[in-house]
Amino acid sequence: MSLLVLCEHDRGVLAGASLEALTFGRDLAAAAGLACEAVVIGEGAETAAADLGAYGAATVHVASHAVLRDFGPLAWGETLAQIIRSTGAEAALACGTDRGNEVLAHVAALLDEPFVANCRQITPGGTWSMTRMQWGGSLLEDATLEAGIRLVTVAHHAVEATPADTPDAGTLVPFAADLADSAACTVVADRVVLTQGITLATSPVVVGGGRGVGSAEKFAALEELAAELGGVVGCSRAVTNNGWRPHSDQVGQTGTRIAPQIYIASGISGAIQHWVGAMASKNILAINTDSEANMVTKAGYAVIADLHEVIPAITEEIRRRRG
Amino acid sequence: MRILVCVKRVPAPGSRINITSDGQAVDAAHLGFTTSPHEECAVEEAVRIVEEHGGEVTVLTLGPAAAEEQLRYAASVGAHHFVLIPITDVDWDPQRTAAALGSAIAGLEATDGPFDLILFGNESADSGGFQVGVRVAHALGRPIVNGIKGIDLADGTASARREIDGGFEVYEVPMPAVLGVKEGINLPRYPTMKGRLASKKAEVATVTSDAPAGGQARVRLHRPVEQVSETVILGTGPEAASAVVDLLEELGVLS
Ligand SMILES: Cc1cc2nc3c(=O)[nH]c(=O)nc-3n(C[C@H](O)[C@H](O)[C@H](O)COP(=O)(O)OP(=O)(O)OC[C@H]3O[C@@H](n4cnc5c(N)ncnc54)[C@H](O)[C@@H]3O)c2cc1C
Ligand SMILES: Nc1ncnc2c1ncn2[C@@H]1O[C@H](COP(=O)(O)O)[C@@H](O)[C@H]1O
Repeated sequence: MSLLVLCEHDRGVLAGASLEALTFGRDLAAAAGLACEAVVIGEGAETAAADLGAYGAATVHVASHAVLRDFGPLAWGETLAQIIRSTGAEAALACGTDRGNEVLAHVAALLDEPFVANCRQITPGGTWSMTRMQWGGSLLEDATLEAGIRLVTVAHHAVEATPADTPDAGTLVPFAADLADSAACTVVADRVVLTQGITLATSPVVVGGGRGVGSAEKFAALEELAAELGGVVGCSRAVTNNGWRPHSDQVGQTGTRIAPQIYIASGISGAIQHWVGAMASKNILAINTDSEANMVTKAGYAVIADLHEVIPAITEEIRRRRG
Repeated sequence: MRILVCVKRVPAPGSRINITSDGQAVDAAHLGFTTSPHEECAVEEAVRIVEEHGGEVTVLTLGPAAAEEQLRYAASVGAHHFVLIPITDVDWDPQRTAAALGSAIAGLEATDGPFDLILFGNESADSGGFQVGVRVAHALGRPIVNGIKGIDLADGTASARREIDGGFEVYEVPMPAVLGVKEGINLPRYPTMKGRLASKKAEVATVTSDAPAGGQARVRLHRPVEQVSETVILGTGPEAASAVVDLLEELGVLS
């Protein structure tokens, strides 16, 4: 009996998140008395499969079909459901990425089984018990799962990817998927590549502004400071809702999760949905007129003052020191 | 163009989420409620599509009787028809929710004809099961793609864009189709005074459901353990700039 771990890849490049899923999956499989097997789907799958044995996969099912030329949620879900049926697997797991959650939802719909998304911890048994994320991680839910086949995702970043103590064989086993042409209708048809620079998600410095900034124009001072620090500007949902900044600048549960060396959060109250996107920052400096604001009490550093005075003063001080 | 949007009523907590003493729900005694953000954008997108192509927007929710508030909000920003599946429990599990929504949609389609497009949020803001839309699409036998941040309709095809690292993936989905959208696809409008007045008169139809519970059951909600940090106050005015720049130097971000 086995637990299958879906390993995502993008045209042959394995997603780091897949190794998290495999790390989590091999421990779960051991606790449940199941064999840990990996699944890779579509064009480029064999390339992506190379390291999976080192992370604890005894077997790697490599699925192919003409329809699987690129990612497609239905085609991937249908393929994984077929591998579950043909191997008699007891459970399937993926990482809780956009793709992982989406594919497992398809598998669940196809097999008419429950699916539990974004688990942080799972205790197997007759009935499985798990702790899963709600509100993007601001709240946790203990839940139970009764199912014929257990379908779960592990929350992204819940575990760190680590190779197994004793590598497993990672033997590649081909699987010929049986897909109707109609499954192709949700396969990626095209890609638009945008110019790449530092992004909000990867920038080492983020200068954030909230409602306290007051207008779109007044973000100019934040832009200047961010430019001086080689960083980017971020914002709260109050700002995007006012149309002051594009949604691509929004930090939080329904925006981007940031992890900079320092997040300078100015005029932001620090609502829980904003905090969940900012909390992975290594350091936080809150600039707020209200010393009781959640952002201030949770930050490592704070300046209790008007951001319109403080931000230009910081920029000026940096320029002064640089001479 | 007939479009249906599924929205969920969720509480809007501020700095902290409190939980009821039985651990079953967010304590909303002192909270307002809102439409889950991705779905607020789904309603806006549907209204924009019918403004451009003609047609009508139906909004469906499963929730407490008070969820009528979210349906009326949708009316105030331009939606036309409203359906509530009332429940008395705190929250239904995803399988049960999907079964109820799926059969309600099938019922609406049996009387008024199929929807060309059904929009969901990518995930509900509170429980975040990441699956209700996918389950409903399968029950209706229609294609679905999630994570959508752009939609163009032409010649019976929905061209849908999904954000990935460094760009977009494009899907060409034949209609009738189902899409799960994300906040950022548009900037939802605020209701006008006229819209607010009209929303008071909107009729809300009710459909009941006897869908059985699914295999995922809630035991209790709890807050994650937080690291408490002592906040170092660097100053109370612009003169703090010097201490701030010292810190930036120390962190090595000034190079
Ligand atoms: C389901 C859901 C999802 C959400 N997702 C997100 C999300 O992804 N991201 C997000 O940000 N929010 C999100 N929100 C909204 C969130 O709850 C808050 O409403 C929002 O973050 C508030 O933005 P803000 O801090 O800019 O505004 P406010 O809460 O109004 O705070 C403004 C702050 O600025 C300070 N201030 C005012 N003037 C000055 C000045 N001159 N100098 C210094 N400080 C000043 C004030 O003291 C205050 O602390 C979500 C909400 C819900 C319900
Ligand atoms: N109670 C509900 N009423 C109406 N639509 C819902 C409900 N729950 C979930 N949905 C829809 O399904 C999507 C996915 O929800 P979930 O699977 O809970 O993440 C949401 O974004 C909504 O569009």
